[in-house]
This record gives sequence, C-alpha cells and structure tokens, in this order.
Amino acid sequence: MTDVNSNHETGGEDSSRRDFLYIATVGAVGVGGVFAFWPFIDQMNPAADTLALSTTEINVGDLEEGAEITVKFRERPHFVRRRTAEEVAASAEVAVNSLPDGDARNANLAAGSPATDENRSALSAVIDDGVEVDETLRASLLVSGANCTHLGCVPTEGAGDYGAWFCPCHGSHYDTSGRIRRGPAPENLPIPPMTFISATTLRLG
Amino acid sequence: MSGPSTYEPKTGFTRWLDKRLPIARLGWDSFVDFPTPRNLNYWWTFGGILAVCLMIQILTGIVLAMHYVPHIDYSCASVERIDRDVNFGWLLRNSHANGASMFFLAVYLHMLRGLYYGSYKAPRELLWILGVVIYLLMMAAAFLGYVLPWGQMSFWGAMVITNLFGALPVVGTPVTEWLWGGFSVGNATLNRFFSLHYLIPFLIAGVVGLHIWALHVPGNNNPTGLTVKTGADTLPFHPYYTVKDGFAIVVFLIIFAFFVFYWPDALGHADNYVEADALVTPAHIVPEWYLLPFYAILRAVPDKLGGVILMFGAIGVLFILPWLDTSRVRSMRYRPMGRWFFLFFVIACLGLGWVGAELPDNKVPVLGVLGLDFLWMGRILTLYYFGYFLVVLPLLGLVEKPAERPASIERSVLGKDTFGAAAPVAALAE
Amino acid sequence: MKIIQRLLVAAVGVLALAVPTAWAAGEYYKPNKHVWSWEGPFGTYDRGELQRGFLVYQQVCSACHGMEQLHLRNLGEQGGPFYLAEYPNANDNPIVRAIAAEYIVEDGPDEFGDMFERPGRPSDRFPYPYANQAQGRAANGGAYPPDFSVIVKARKQGPEYIRSLLLGYDYEPPDDLEVRPGNYYNPYFPGGLLAMAPQLQDDLIEYPDGAPATREQMAHDVVTFLAWASEPHMEARKRMGLMVMIYLLALAGLLYAAYRQVWSNVKH
Repeated sequence: MTDVNSNHETGGEDSSRRDFLYIATVGAVGVGGVFAFWPFIDQMNPAADTLALSTTEINVGDLEEGAEITVKFRERPHFVRRRTAEEVAASAEVAVNSLPDGDARNANLAAGSPATDENRSALSAVIDDGVEVDETLRASLLVSGANCTHLGCVPTEGAGDYGAWFCPCHGSHYDTSGRIRRGPAPENLPIPPMTFISATTLRLG
Repeated sequence: MSGPSTYEPKTGFTRWLDKRLPIARLGWDSFVDFPTPRNLNYWWTFGGILAVCLMIQILTGIVLAMHYVPHIDYSCASVERIDRDVNFGWLLRNSHANGASMFFLAVYLHMLRGLYYGSYKAPRELLWILGVVIYLLMMAAAFLGYVLPWGQMSFWGAMVITNLFGALPVVGTPVTEWLWGGFSVGNATLNRFFSLHYLIPFLIAGVVGLHIWALHVPGNNNPTGLTVKTGADTLPFHPYYTVKDGFAIVVFLIIFAFFVFYWPDALGHADNYVEADALVTPAHIVPEWYLLPFYAILRAVPDKLGGVILMFGAIGVLFILPWLDTSRVRSMRYRPMGRWFFLFFVIACLGLGWVGAELPDNKVPVLGVLGLDFLWMGRILTLYYFGYFLVVLPLLGLVEKPAERPASIERSVLGKDTFGAAAPVAALAE
Repeated sequence: MKIIQRLLVAAVGVLALAVPTAWAAGEYYKPNKHVWSWEGPFGTYDRGELQRGFLVYQQVCSACHGMEQLHLRNLGEQGGPFYLAEYPNANDNPIVRAIAAEYIVEDGPDEFGDMFERPGRPSDRFPYPYANQAQGRAANGGAYPPDFSVIVKARKQGPEYIRSLLLGYDYEPPDDLEVRPGNYYNPYFPGGLLAMAPQLQDDLIEYPDGAPATREQMAHDVVTFLAWASEPHMEARKRMGLMVMIYLLALAGLLYAAYRQVWSNVKH
C-alpha cells in the first residue's frame, strides 16, 4: 500500500467537513435503501382486486328456525343461524359481565359495545331505505365469522357445553350468540358488516 | 498478489468467530484491504454495476413469482394483474423487464473492457472463461424470462429458438419435442421455462462467486495491462474503489430509473402485449435488442444447421480467445494496430445488431444504391466478427510492434515523462 | 359442413394477416402526429377527456371490443376518470356504482346451482361482448375485434395509430386494391383493408359537459381513455419517477464529492 492514508489526520476543521460528507453519503444510501425496500414488502399485502372482493348476499327468508348455513364472505366462512326463541331467550339471560369477552365484536356497532344478545344478533344490521324487516326474524338471526378466534379452526355445530359451537382443535365452547364461554379462544366470533336490502335478503360487506 | 491477511479481529466475538469461521477475514481481505491497481478507470466499475444488476433481477424476480401464474390461460392476465392490482406491481415488473436490458448493457461494456485491455490474457484465462459462462447463462435466463408473459413475441421467440435444435441431425426432432414436452410450444413448455428461469439466476450467482474468486488470485488487470509489482502500484479497495464504484452505480441507476419511470416500454415490442396466438405469427419478429447480433449471424447463413453452428460458434470462440491472442502486450493502449482492429470489431458488433433488427431483403440506407441489402451486410460483418478472433488476433501479435510502455503502474500515473530504462524489462516480465 | 366453415374462417384470418406482407410493405400511411396532455415526464390525463372518452368507449366501441383486464372499480381509482378524493375506495364511489348498476352481470351459481343475473357492482369486470373468441369472430365476419385492455401499448405508436385509424376512412382506395363487401379501405391499417366500418360521425353522442362532439374530439377523447386503460398507474409512475430522480441525482452529487475527497491525495 502507499502512503495515502497518512494524510487523514491533517486539519481539524477540514476533517470534520470530510466526516460530515461521509456520514451524509452513507446516510443518504441508507435512507434510499429503506425506501427502495418498501415496495418489496408492500407487494405481499392484499392487492387491489382482493381488497375489492365484494359483498355476499344471503337469502334468510327460507331459513327455518334452528337451521344453520355456512356462507363464504371475503374468502372466510361465516355462520348464518336462525335461532329458536328458546335459544335467544337463554342467550339474553346471560350477564355480560360474566362473559370472558364482554365486547360485542360487531362491525355494525361502535367498538366496545357490550356483548348483549341484542348487540350480537341481526338487530344491529343496517336496513336500507324503504325496506321493512320482521323484528323477530332480525332478533333470531345470528351472522358471525366461523373461524375460532383462538387459531382459526371452524367450530362444530351443535356441540359443546352451550349447545351451539365447539371447536375441535383446542376445545373452545361458544354459545348460541357466538360468544366465547370456555376454552382458550380470547374473543367472541366477529360479526361482519351487514345490511338488509330486502325483507329477506341480507348483504354482508 | 494478495499478500498475507491484514485482518485483525478487535472484539472478543470477532476473535471467537475468526477461529471458527473466518468469514469476516474473507470479507476484509476481498473487499476492504484488497490491493487494487491505482489506475483503474471508469470502465472498471461495471463489475460492481453488474453485481447490483444481478441483485435487482433476483429480488424483483422472487417477488414477481409470488404473483405470476405459469399457465397459458392465465399467464397474460396474471402479468396484467401485477401491473394493475398488485401494490407497486407496475414498478417491480418495469424494473425486472428493463433490468434485463440494463444487465446486458452493462455486461457488454464489461466484456468490451476486457477485450480492449487484454483482461483475458494469462494469468486470467479462467476468469475470462467463467465470465463467458455467466454471459451464456444470462442469455438463457433472458430468453426463458421473455417467454413468460406469453405474448406474441414470447411465443414466437420460443418457437424459433427451440426449433434451432431441430437442425441437429437425427436427434433434431426428438430433442425439440423433449424441450417442448409436446408437439409444439405449449403449456408444458411454459411451465418448465418458468422453473428454469427461476433456477438460472442462482447458477449465475454461483459462477459469479467463482468469477470473483478467480479475479482475486491474480488481482485486477489495469488500463496499462502491466503486472502489479510493488505496493506503490496499488490502493486498498476500500475506500478508494468502493466510493468510485458507488458513484458509477448511482449514475447507472439514473439511466435505469429513466427507463423504468419514463420510458418503460421503449426496449420491448408492442406485439408482446398481444396474447400468444399459435395460429398467427406477427409480421416482423425480432429478438430483444441484446440478442440481435446473434440473430444476424444466424440469418447470414443460408443453411439451417450452418446458421445454428455459426451462431453458437460466435460465443464458442470467446472460450478459446485467451489462446488465440498471441500478443505479448495486454492493453490495446500499447498496440497501435490492434486498436484499429478493435474499433472495427465494436462497429461490426453494433452493425450486426442493426442488421438483426431489419428484414434481410431490405436495402441498407445510403449503401443501398450500391445494391447492398441487410443480408449481405450481415454476411460481411459476420466475416469480420470471426476474422477478428480467428485471424487478426493470432497473426497481429506476431507482426505488430507494440508501443513503448511505462516501467510500472505507478510510473504511468505519475506522468508520461517518466518512462524508465526498465521498460523493456517490464515488457518481458509480463 | 362445420369444419369447412371453420377452415374458411381461419383462412380469412390468415389472409387478413398475410395481406400486409403481400401488399408491398410501406405503402400504407404513417400515423399522424398529435399532441396529448399525457405526454412528457410531467404529463397527466385530463379528467374531462377521460370521462368523455369513457362515454365514447361505452356507447360506441364496447359493442364489439371488450376490456378483459379492467374492472369497473378502476374507473374510480386514483388516476381514473371518475376518481373522487372523498371516496378513496372506488367501491363506495357513487358515480362508479351508478355506472356499474347500469350493466346486467351474470353471477352464480346460486344455492340451486343456477346462474342468475344481477346489476353490476364496482368489483365486476367490464362486461365482455362475447362469450368466447369464436363467437366474436362469427359475429364479425371472421375478424375478431381485439381486446382493448392494453391496445395502446400493443400497437406501435399506439395513440397516434388508433387516432389516425379512427379518422382515416376518407381516402379513395388505389386502383389495384379490390375492396370487397364487409371490408373498408383505411390506409393507416396495415394492408389497407379492415373489417371495421367507420364509427365516428359528428354529434354521434352528446357530451354532458357540453363539449362539441366532433369526430376529432371523440377520437382524441377515446384514445386518451384507452391510454389510461392500458396504463392506469401512469400518473403514479411519473410522480414516483420525479422523486427517485431527485434522490438519485442528489446521491450522485454526494458520492462524487466523497469520491473527490477520498482520492484527493492520490495521484491516479
């Protein structure tokens, strides 16, 4: 090697200007690198066509009392259950403060609404202008996400301690309004945004 | 040339690591304190630029593969979906597609640098050959990648190139059907091309490792072509060449960004936005610009097998180049006649590129009045291309009288008036 | 019988593409130059042109030419003709919802396995005029009207070519060119003969913004719309390009200064 490195010690003011130049250059490369990296991360987020995945419409008029169907909405399964009057009554009796999760988890209501049966049922659904929907039908309907809030399995219908859903994976028990009652799941099954667009048609999303 | 390692681990951890896996020492010796000739000019920055190109292609390619669908029915639509719906998809695809062109632009300048300054000559023959292997792999990757969007040019490009193998005697048809996985270019072909397109960049990265290894044994060549003799001839790689390469890389990225953001389709063909149609060939099919010279050589021969042999021979000749050049002097700087032949060689390569883009029967502008069409222009230039390697370089070394060279690299940079009496000795030492 | 018919159709198709090479290359006209608002490094699409262009596409072109890669929501996305800042999600955009609702879209299968029809939604694709290519061919005398999703990028000098073609029907065919029924002479089309009848006439449609619907204006507007359809992110691309260029130039300056500094005491 040559003697070229020896000159580095000369001049205090000169060397501080030099250091500033080097730090600014390395800093600019670093900042640019971070910005350049973002597209590589963001491309894995849901794409515009996925985000635009639309709505699902369900005909709830044909559902008999006690019947349940599973529909797909935004790639996920959802339970649609028309509960019997006894089931609704039993669910309404439960004190909210005794529940593991007291939050309604309902996209149609403000966050933090209490997990009453009323707040969980389709009574919370928006109703389009000019549409009239039977109130008992609305009160009896429960529409919720069908993936257990623990680790995403689909609970089995009609099983468990509360006669509604029991998750076979890790033993979470849900009641007839989809609320977690026992087991490792942390939250109630989520209620999607929903709108009655006719007396018997419910639109999710 | 690389002397004893100057790496000194400073912390407890680096000392611990150095005893078990001296990777920090390797990095230090290769890219920090690596003795590098002090007179390298900007033509020497393309190595670093090419490393950046390879990285950009691999990174953008991996993320594009997350969205691309290798199926003849969905391929076009998935590419359009990348452009339209995937977050920053248009940016990633523009970068990948233009990145291929930028990669070739850089590799051609890198190769011409090597040709001009005699970087292929002893003791760097293997370094050169590994470089030609990388270039071949690049062409394969570029060709395979161009098929993936499944446009008209993709399809007919694949058709023409795979049919080249049909020229092989006896095994021609079985080999092409094996390549296709069918009776023509089809879904099976597209699938395997995608698989191989994903594989090849990693092969390239592997050979690049060998290329750098082979570079670091004899060290860099330099514009004088003189062998490094003393420490005064060199500078440590860092910071001298990291900052110089860094500057060159950013200037290169400005050109790159210009294409990506302001002229993204300039280097492609409009026809490739038309979905592949096995029933209709576009009126004028041409390969991407970086393959045009070879296309011209292929068409220069009226015989199918002959054309294929000549085209592959155009790359094959590069493998034996180190033994074709008989000159004692590496750098064209000191080869008064060689420089002219080299200049004509560059012109011939550009000319072949032009010929490759034109229809063979069309008349050449200006020269057309003499009756010269592109077919014959291609033949003349092909002759010169091979003549340069097979006639000029072997014979010129025997007859040419090299110009006087400086005594050392150090002397050469300190001024032209310092030619020492040692010059003839230095020449012998080469 | 059917096979013969298909062969004939195929032959017409091949002929249509063979004609340009046979018909002495270079005898058709080069596209006319034209000034677009979206040219150059800072050019953007004019919203009025885009909206009028969409109207021309919807009322004139879309009868024969589909746009397979576009969704109705694209109309209301950033950079699109009907983008409104207060509706960042195009699904909520009332104009786009109204446009979508005008279309009848086939959906399904429902719970009985039947397909059913419903009003369109922003997330639907642009309705396609044909069920498949063969149908499109059969409906147009063997010439398949090309898809318009990327038409501007899929033709050389795309914008100028399409504009010239739309306005290029007023020429007398050369004597040696026989114009058969179902074909029209247009010197901007390779070969000079195409199966598309002249489409644009003055006041063919009424522009809601009161702009005079001359042939030139309609051609200009629809090409602008098609250019947007081919590359809906062009404005975002140029915007980001400007920032990237500024950054790279600044970084090049810094690196050059650092390079000069590092090498300042070395002769080389």
